[in-house]
Amino acid sequence: MTNSIPEAENHDVVFVIGSNTTETHPIIGLKMKKAVRKGAELIVADPRKIDLVRFATVWLQHKPGTDVALLNSIMHVITKEGLIDKKFIETWTEGFESFKELLEEYPPEVGEKITGVPKEDIIKAALLYGNAIRPGIYFAMGITQHTHGTENVYSIANLAMMTGNLGRESTGVNPLRGQNNVQGACDMGCLPDFYPGYQKVNLQGVKEKFENAWKVKLSEKTGLTAPEMINSANDGNLKAMYIMGENPVLSDPDVNNTLKALNKLDFLIVQDIFMTETAEIADVVLPSVCFAEKEGTFTNTERRVQLLRKAVEPPGESKEDLWIITQLSKRLGYEMRYDSAEEVFQEAGRLWPALAGMTYKRIAKKGLQWPCPTPDHPGTQYLFKGGFPRGKASFSIVRYREAEELPDNEYPFLLSTGRHLFQYHTGSMTRKIDAINKIAPEAYIEINPDDAKQLGIDDGKIIRVSSRRGSISIKAMISDRPRRGMVFIPFHFREAAANILTSNNHDPISKIPEFKVCAVKLEIT
Amino acid sequence: MVTLTIDGKKVTVRKLSTVLDAIKKLNISIPTLCHHPDLTPFGGCRLCIVDIKGIARPTTACTTPVSEGMEVITTSPTLEKMRRTTLELLLSDHPDDCRVCERAGDCKLQELAYFYGIRENHFLGERRIYKKRDGNPFIERDMEKCILCGKCVRVCDEIEGVGAIDFAYRGFRTKICPPYDKDLDCEFCGQCVAVCPTGALTGKMWKQKGRQNLKEIDTICPYCGCGCNITLLIKRNDVIRVTSKPETINEGWLCVKGRFCYEFINSPERLTKPLIRVVPKESSAFSVQQTNPPFLSLSKELFREASWDEALNYIADRLKEIKEKYGPDSIAGLSSAKCTNEENYLFQKFIRAVIGTNNVDHCARY
Repeated sequence: MTNSIPEAENHDVVFVIGSNTTETHPIIGLKMKKAVRKGAELIVADPRKIDLVRFATVWLQHKPGTDVALLNSIMHVITKEGLIDKKFIETWTEGFESFKELLEEYPPEVGEKITGVPKEDIIKAALLYGNAIRPGIYFAMGITQHTHGTENVYSIANLAMMTGNLGRESTGVNPLRGQNNVQGACDMGCLPDFYPGYQKVNLQGVKEKFENAWKVKLSEKTGLTAPEMINSANDGNLKAMYIMGENPVLSDPDVNNTLKALNKLDFLIVQDIFMTETAEIADVVLPSVCFAEKEGTFTNTERRVQLLRKAVEPPGESKEDLWIITQLSKRLGYEMRYDSAEEVFQEAGRLWPALAGMTYKRIAKKGLQWPCPTPDHPGTQYLFKGGFPRGKASFSIVRYREAEELPDNEYPFLLSTGRHLFQYHTGSMTRKIDAINKIAPEAYIEINPDDAKQLGIDDGKIIRVSSRRGSISIKAMISDRPRRGMVFIPFHFREAAANILTSNNHDPISKIPEFKVCAVKLEIT
Repeated sequence: MVTLTIDGKKVTVRKLSTVLDAIKKLNISIPTLCHHPDLTPFGGCRLCIVDIKGIARPTTACTTPVSEGMEVITTSPTLEKMRRTTLELLLSDHPDDCRVCERAGDCKLQELAYFYGIRENHFLGERRIYKKRDGNPFIERDMEKCILCGKCVRVCDEIEGVGAIDFAYRGFRTKICPPYDKDLDCEFCGQCVAVCPTGALTGKMWKQKGRQNLKEIDTICPYCGCGCNITLLIKRNDVIRVTSKPETINEGWLCVKGRFCYEFINSPERLTKPLIRVVPKESSAFSVQQTNPPFLSLSKELFREASWDEALNYIADRLKEIKEKYGPDSIAGLSSAKCTNEENYLFQKFIRAVIGTNNVDHCARY
């Protein structure tokens, strides 16, 4: 997030696109509702009638995967109405003139044709955002989980830049990170192309810096992303994997493909707190401890590094991940000596200036938001105040591209997957909670009432859903949430794993799978 | 800004403040049951009554806006007698079961009864008897203990935006309930439980787990990226309840997962020993099923327990072997957005510095 969570209540326009905020980030959802109560206008762009729609001034129910067309069309109107911020564009950006030409291709009529959103609503949303003083854009996986996910994000950046809506309090672009510490895992360099702090592995000098710090020779070759690891295992090139606290069998697309790949490995280590679907196919399973049993830090979606405190003793012989990693390291001939988690944190801070000013003592009360480079730095509430670190930001020429696998005669429905409020991700934690299993016990597929009527599907009936990858049996939920021609399945449930259906198509840059669009057919069993 | 006098002391507050805001600013203690700083004033409990010069009868401070030169008296024998009577009336229709009530010791009504020394009641009479138990799995709704302060109704409407409950019926039979007096069916955020001043609303999973001598640990919620601050309440080695403080970044508000989904910590299904596979992978329940794999926990048959030494040595030997035979790039690591920064830092350091490859990633895309 360029802004902070508390700033969310002070927007005058909140534009939520591709985020079911009240279910996936409920507390940020509260802030949005508070903003509306305080007078803000809410624009929701979502193919499903999510709960936030109840609070929206305008709801754009676009077809899944048409975000670029929708955003370009909105920007077309903003340009035509003269609602651009010329001073900001001149001072802080480059490439606007050619970008403006591109927008000529997307009048609201074209936008309507591609997205299915009435042009009046496109204009209404454009005027709301274009005239706003403190607007905030919020997005999540609904924007990114596409084969053109990166282009969707570029489009959002274009919109914020052309209106100068960045770098001010309660004004910015706010991707909502899905997991408690996904921000931190990225920050800490669990990425194949970056060392901690987004320092490129193939950039001159960076490798040397880490070689000096770690006193070891390092590889200069960019590594494999998670989906590439699966492909490489399938090809027989990748031989061993060490998986800590992840359940790719259920969370990755195309379960059968993931299983085939992981089963091909010579050696698979899984370190987790439960016997997950991935642990079941491991060669060795190591028991680790959960959040309440250890000390450390989590970084939330607003870049706030906060202290996790140990509350209880772990069960049995389970061990902290830090202990396990240092023990393994020692046995492989590399000593890692740390007396506490904070020593590891301090080492990261020495290698990434944005954390350098933080200590456990300083973050104990309310955490600190990076960048926080010095011991007296108060942390950074919002990003890009007074400009971008790289100088001028570029407009990206982004044209609408169709999703990779769209419905056809054989597979006539478009499937999106995602979360719901009560279960969490692959359910390894929430499915252990009795009360949760009482109210959200099983998987379901949301089907539009008109589609259900046409197919003769009754509410609550078990139907068969198939894609080119596989099929599952699942309970039908007739619901006015999805638009016609679209169905939705939460991916929490092993018994009807949505990811048996999803496709392995990826965004070419970010390698994110297209969870939000694939083609399926529905059959009555 | 407006300046007024409270108990002889001058105080200046913002224009739209209430008399109660001004009283709080002076740190004068005054009893309230229906007031919450984030909710609209209600004036229901009548405990914050004050005397204001020029107004004939006592007025509720929480619903009265301040005005310039106002003179307020917060306590007098008459005011205290009225407060005491109000409390006695509330208690006259309240079950006398503090001994087994989940909220005893943390109940505003009990605390006020203690301060006003109310042991016996002058107002014995009809009591509200509600036999029906709400069947929802999260929130115990004991409406006999409800004092109709309406905080739950307001928090559900004004903060959560859900409006799952409201006042129903009339007069003595007034009751807070979901539509048609059915079982609660909502987001189960538990905001209502957090603001309830009595034992009317509690967590079902808290029942008889403990009230006193609880250890409190402030920490971070393990679910989504909001990073809500939570407080774990611990009895012996078990987390028995989760709360959140109003001064946190999430203002004390939580969702169903943050507030009620902590029992996995003590789950009997937790892994407790290193395990080494004993049967070939193809026998795994999940992998052989193409569709709808049954939830079979075959782990006992698939693995045998091992000591840490054995497991770690086995891993080290195998990784060395594979690295020598196929090179470091034949090995990859997946880290976790559920793990701490420190664990993630060390994991990528292990893959890079020890294995010698940049094949490290995590679940950011899923």
